[in-house]
Amino acid sequence: MSAAPLLEVQGITKRFGGLLANDKISFTVNQGEIVGIIGPNGSGKSTLFNCITGFYRPEGGRVLYQGRDITRLTADRICKLGIARTFQIVQVISDMTVLENVMTGAFLRSPSKDVARTKAEEVLRFTGLWQKRNMVATAITIPDKKRLEVAMALATEPKLLMLDEAMAGLTPFELKEMLTLVRKVRENGISLVIVEHVMEAVMALSDRVIGINSGRKIVEDVPEKIVVNPEVIRAYLGERYHART
Amino acid sequence: MVSVRTLTRRQISLFALVLALLLLYPLFVKGSFPMHVMIMVFLFAMMGVAWNIMGGYAGMFSFGQAAFFGIGAYTSSYLLMTYHLSPWLGLLAGGAFASLAAAAIGIPCSNLRGHYFAIASIAFAEIVRIHFNNWKLVGAAEGLTLPILDQSLKNFEFHSSKAPYYYILLGFLILSLLVCSWVSTSRMGFYFRAIKESHDLAKVVGINFVRYRLAAIMISAFLTAMAGTFYAQYILYLDPESVLILPISVQVVLVAMLGGSGSIMGPVIGAAILLPISEGTRVWLGPKGTGIDMIVYGTLIMLISAYRPQGVWGLLSRTDRRKA
Repeated sequence: MSAAPLLEVQGITKRFGGLLANDKISFTVNQGEIVGIIGPNGSGKSTLFNCITGFYRPEGGRVLYQGRDITRLTADRICKLGIARTFQIVQVISDMTVLENVMTGAFLRSPSKDVARTKAEEVLRFTGLWQKRNMVATAITIPDKKRLEVAMALATEPKLLMLDEAMAGLTPFELKEMLTLVRKVRENGISLVIVEHVMEAVMALSDRVIGINSGRKIVEDVPEKIVVNPEVIRAYLGERYHART
Repeated sequence: MVSVRTLTRRQISLFALVLALLLLYPLFVKGSFPMHVMIMVFLFAMMGVAWNIMGGYAGMFSFGQAAFFGIGAYTSSYLLMTYHLSPWLGLLAGGAFASLAAAAIGIPCSNLRGHYFAIASIAFAEIVRIHFNNWKLVGAAEGLTLPILDQSLKNFEFHSSKAPYYYILLGFLILSLLVCSWVSTSRMGFYFRAIKESHDLAKVVGINFVRYRLAAIMISAFLTAMAGTFYAQYILYLDPESVLILPISVQVVLVAMLGGSGSIMGPVIGAAILLPISEGTRVWLGPKGTGIDMIVYGTLIMLISAYRPQGVWGLLSRTDRRKA
């Protein structure tokens, strides 16, 4: 018996004036899966992210979540249904402590302050931010802020977590920690979609990888096959290097 | 943030001491003017606290609080004069009308942030002022003169002493502080601060920012309208020039900014500094002194924004923040 996919993206099309940012992109995410999305800068990854999470209204196509059409819902409704996301440019509430930031996320499912605090503390331990819980969010490092953003998203108790370049700019050690965290998230039964430039991360984490170039899906395959795919090499390195392989 | 933690024993005893002094003040200070100054301090402190809920916590910089103040004053006065409705019920009606007006402006402005919201709020308040200036039903530019009734708590009128007004308004101020403290430490306060940071961020933690912004502006409008009704019962005369003008809105913002926006007690401190200056220069220098208070304000605001953007409260609670 195969369960229905958690997320089904069907032919999403998004234009900005004359620019076709997403051209009929389709893919699915199954329960417990990690799907990586790769592509050069400006290929439409973040646009796709924004179309799925309710920040943009796509001109064409549908997004189904647990079989339900969520294409026209607002971002906060989509979050309530169980899809959480982070931003490419890290966003935290600057005049709050780390704990208060995570509590803000936890309030979605627990209106009581005490319950939200307990939930937030649990998430802080899980994400390794426990030691820094009383620091003001502006005082922590960028890698910690990225971790905090993930913690805020997890506090909303999502079924699907979408990370937009959560690994960018990390040192090898920080990257290793983030990979561990993402794996732990999945072990807790949360599916993930990760947009990433750091190939090391995408390859290590993803069950499937989707390649996007100029707004179109060019490939979908397991990570090992993606790195040798001629279309991917052409998109990233250009015609010349492609010809040499 | 100080607001979220439980108060220390020292802070509680400090508040108790200040409250005791304020309660005793009318017993020892008999003059009409010192009482008036304190009443103005409370009035603007209360409006500053109300502004703070939407401006300081939810990040909606309103320069139109005079509209809510005026709507509160006009509603209770009109109902009293036309239907002999008790000002105490008029107080609630004024709050309700101001909240409705707040919703009417809040819904179309739900996406406006920062300067744009400030501009919209000024436009809204000016529309209200011009409207009242020409509205025959409420006396147009001549305004309303409230009937002189026997002095009693029931009539909300006192003629022999300002002390009852003083205590009533102190009660209103404490109520506003309790509302602000409840709001800022509850889920709503967390959501307001998330909305102030960024609408996008608010959305991804599942906050319906339109609804919460509306809540902030409606609560703020209700409290500001209460101050308006009080003012009408205190002066017993109102016209658009005394309750609906832009300088009132500006003074409210100054009080909150100087004292420290985003902290519960900030606006109270701001009012305690600014109102004695403005009332004092008005009386000591007479008509020649008009505007002197503005020079003092201007200097203070420049100094505060340059050196301590958190306001005077930020200065006082500096060590508390470091300890965190």
